[in-house]
Amino acid sequence: MIPAAVVFVYLGIVLYIGTFASRRFDQGSAEGYFLAGRSLGPAVFLLSLFGTNMTAFTILGSAGHAFSNGIVTYGLMASSSALVIPITLFLIGTRMWALGKRHGFITPVQMFRDRWECGHIGTLIFGLQAVLLLPYIIIAVMGGGTTLSAVSGGIVPYWLGGAVVALVVMSYVFFGGMRGTAWVNSFQTVLFLVFGAAALGLIGSSLGGYSQTMTRLLESETTASLLTRERISPQFFLSYTFIPLSTIVFPHIIIFCLTARRMAQFKKTVIYYPLCILAIWLPCVFLGVAANAMLDVPGIAAKLDARELLASGEVLSVAMVTELRQIAAGDDVIILMLEHYAPLWMAGLLGAGIMAAVMASDSQILALSTMFTEDVFTFYGGTKRFGERVQVQMGRLFVVLIAGLAYIIALRASAGIFNLAVQYAFSGYAALFPLLIGALFWKRSTKWGAFAVTLWTATTVAAVAVFQGVVPAAAPGTTVSYWTVAGVDVIARTPGGTDVLGFMPVVPMTIVSALLMVAISLVTTRPSQATLEKYF
Amino acid sequence: MTSMTNFMLGLGVVTLYALHQDIWFWDVAEPLVFGFLPVGLFYHAIYSVAISLFMILLVRVAWPVELEREVERESLDSGEDVS
Repeated sequence: MIPAAVVFVYLGIVLYIGTFASRRFDQGSAEGYFLAGRSLGPAVFLLSLFGTNMTAFTILGSAGHAFSNGIVTYGLMASSSALVIPITLFLIGTRMWALGKRHGFITPVQMFRDRWECGHIGTLIFGLQAVLLLPYIIIAVMGGGTTLSAVSGGIVPYWLGGAVVALVVMSYVFFGGMRGTAWVNSFQTVLFLVFGAAALGLIGSSLGGYSQTMTRLLESETTASLLTRERISPQFFLSYTFIPLSTIVFPHIIIFCLTARRMAQFKKTVIYYPLCILAIWLPCVFLGVAANAMLDVPGIAAKLDARELLASGEVLSVAMVTELRQIAAGDDVIILMLEHYAPLWMAGLLGAGIMAAVMASDSQILALSTMFTEDVFTFYGGTKRFGERVQVQMGRLFVVLIAGLAYIIALRASAGIFNLAVQYAFSGYAALFPLLIGALFWKRSTKWGAFAVTLWTATTVAAVAVFQGVVPAAAPGTTVSYWTVAGVDVIARTPGGTDVLGFMPVVPMTIVSALLMVAISLVTTRPSQATLEKYF
Repeated sequence: MTSMTNFMLGLGVVTLYALHQDIWFWDVAEPLVFGFLPVGLFYHAIYSVAISLFMILLVRVAWPVELEREVERESLDSGEDVS
């Protein structure tokens, strides 16, 4: 019960930080509640922006991916983000901040509507962004339920764990708004940073260093490739660099860019962001790879046996293959290592760290609430009719509704569906990237170009989802072609997704999206000169 | 900022992007740096530090000063505290 107690103490701390601490500030105005009055300082801005981007995947999923695929995980997901995210923050985040400050924008859709002189196309963008964001919130509630249940040894059931997490997040977002959320996220980021280093140090000291472990992996034929990137193709690796383009398009990130007190706060953020990624991802990826040598940990040994059986080529039933894949999955390798090598309090810290990760949904709930109140309620006359105070109350009501809806869905649906939906969402947001580039850097862009980008993104996300839902995944290590032209595989199903000309779907989705923005804009009328002068 | 500076910084970004695709370490695990870190992983760790250094350069050379001043001037005109 010690780990469960640590987790409950942690939940109490974030509840305190998020609600009571932030009550010191005026939350009566829309900007005060949704943007912390555009007044966040440099440290909170950096830590919170980084923390908002960290999900349960960062700690558990990255180690699990590295356990199965090797060191490639870092280059694939961490160092590509370390390059793309700071550059997009530098180019787009600063400009969005300036526009928000000058024209009072609170959401990106407000800017799109103003920039392209459109109304309903903005509503369409809002709808697509909201649909792509919802799965994250549901996954977080599910993760919270699973974690609390696991760390309490089953004493806290899944339904109660999920309810506690949903209630805690809802409370501090409800009362604290953006300031409460930002403070909690900063605290969580510090916890992440401590956790990664502590886990690496404690496990390393129990093992007497990592040299022998890595040498053992290197000497074995089955594991040596984990220390290289030969299990992943260079095309796939290249494709993955498109995924971080999605980050700046996520509503909770772009809205967060508007909270800085001064533009100068972006300076430290873009400089330290790659180092924060290094500090958190490197230990997780390294431990995930090293786990392959820890045969004395029973849970890990069982995973390696399952993996060997799957790779043996032996004919197995579908049910058996599914079960073996579940056993071989590495999402819990860090938990297993810590249980075996680290003291009990560390397991509690781990639980709190995971909890921190799954609770990253707070910013997403707040972003959805902000978008609803600003892009729908206010846009269609609500604030004019009922006043700003009612607008903030509507925002709070929407926080309760989103958290409640996410909880109900989390109780009824399977996690697999939403994990997949999150994958589609990354590609979808990356394909919306040309919207921001067009709006901020290209005078000639038009609302019809934006409409084409939105429609294309919605269609392709749905098409990939349907394709992967209908066509079963290929067996591990194989690719099944579904459309070939002149001997070239155009569309193929892989074990983990879909290939288009050997690339992940995000590549053609984003490139075609950019082409559509250019082509459609060039044949349609651009906004008035008065509007263009506001932006260029 | 001159167009030459812009070009050089753009080239810097493209170079960093190209350096991310390090096919030269694709199937190489050794040497194990410090005795335990595969060279491919060490490369990407150093690469992350290099990005941070590049960001320092970007912030010093290409910071949108005019945009920042304009916003602060407008904020001052409206009586807002920008300290």
